[in-house]
Amino acid sequence: MASDQVKVIGAWASPFVMRPRIALNLKSVPYEFLQETFGSKSELLLKSNPVHKKIPVLLHADKPVCESNIIVEYVDETWSASGPSMLPSNPYDRAIARFWAAYIDEKLREKKKAVLAQVEEGTALLEKAFIDCSKGKPFFNGEHIGYLDIAFGCFLGWLRVTELAAGHKILDEAKTPSLSKWAEQFCNDPAVKPVMPETATLAEFAKKIFAKPRPKLTVVVDLCVEFLQE
Amino acid sequence: MAERSEEVKLLGMWASPFSRRVEIALTLKGLPYEFSEQDIANKSPLLLQSNPVHKMIPVLLHNGKPISESLVILEYIDDTWQHNQILPQDPYDKAIARFWARFVDEQIYVTAMKVVGKVGEERDAAVEATRDLLKLMEKELVGKDFLGGESLGFVDIVATLVAFWLMRTEEVVGVKVVPVEMFPEIHRWVKNLLDVDVIKKCIPPEGEHLNYIRARMDSLKLKSV
Repeated sequence: MASDQVKVIGAWASPFVMRPRIALNLKSVPYEFLQETFGSKSELLLKSNPVHKKIPVLLHADKPVCESNIIVEYVDETWSASGPSMLPSNPYDRAIARFWAAYIDEKLREKKKAVLAQVEEGTALLEKAFIDCSKGKPFFNGEHIGYLDIAFGCFLGWLRVTELAAGHKILDEAKTPSLSKWAEQFCNDPAVKPVMPETATLAEFAKKIFAKPRPKLTVVVDLCVEFLQE
Repeated sequence: MAERSEEVKLLGMWASPFSRRVEIALTLKGLPYEFSEQDIANKSPLLLQSNPVHKMIPVLLHNGKPISESLVILEYIDDTWQHNQILPQDPYDKAIARFWARFVDEQIYVTAMKVVGKVGEERDAAVEATRDLLKLMEKELVGKDFLGGESLGFVDIVATLVAFWLMRTEEVVGVKVVPVEMFPEIHRWVKNLLDVDVIKKCIPPEGEHLNYIRARMDSLKLKSV
């Protein structure tokens, strides 16, 4: 069963799509990436995720799994024998990881125009969460990238685009020293590098899809919610 | 796993579906727990300290360590006490269960809240939207006694929100949001739920609950005037 064909329906620029791809890379699971055309939805997508009609969708032996964080757990559980575990083994630590992943997605779902202060409040909380979860190791999940690293780290590319556009750092060595270090290590991880687009490429893409110029500070929440929402 | 003295405390609220679902899970596992009724309007230091991020119930305290967010709590309970599993064992079935649980909380709940909270055309639109979502749940129940299959599972526990909160608002709102002609499977499922002792024991008593919903609705209307 685990060796059946795996496909991911998604888009290269979507942070949510990045999540299952990183997970599959961590488990060394080969998969076919089915790129959706921007602005339209394929028959396969509509058939595979009839409820939400959104990417990413994982197809495992043609059986669909939807919702990016759910897909990550599915990958972890299905290919549990391969690669490190993406969640801690201790139930309490697992709960903490799930709590923070839910927090991140909840903030994104809130859909109101995020103000910098709110984003920074979030990153301050996540800085503390990182210290608690990592227990001195490089990632939220410890020695290796895991569920929460992926849940948060997938936004780093877009976060950088936003920081450049705004001329203001959201993650920085002064305010969020641990997260800054983590961000660099996350992006350099071999499971992440192949699927994390270059900042310049994302910035170009953003310019293309956002017709009107943004006079004020735009935050990654806006961008992701509007166009790359799963 | 050796049972040492486990201290399980739930910071909850009698009328909250999110709090009640945790009680259902603890009761299904036969776990003794201390229930601490929280005053939402006047939050206790313990609540604020245990859930500083959201300051909301339910919060489960296991040997003093807090876990927040009802879905996270349910998974924690299943991870920690592995008898009478709530979630399916198979990873695919588990993924499907998690999907539907989120659907209830992120889609049905959010839309259904507007049925209670709005009036006139906005309410009508909310009723329509809720029914569209419930049609998906209706489909899931065809040929099954419970959303979890033959027996009560994770999604059923989460979806008690529909059975005993959304459907109870019908009386108060005066709109049949979930008419039996449109949703025969859901009605059948509610009857199945009521046959389960744990459910009967863990849902809010109907009379008091209706009064509570009525009072909340009135206060919401007052706010919008």
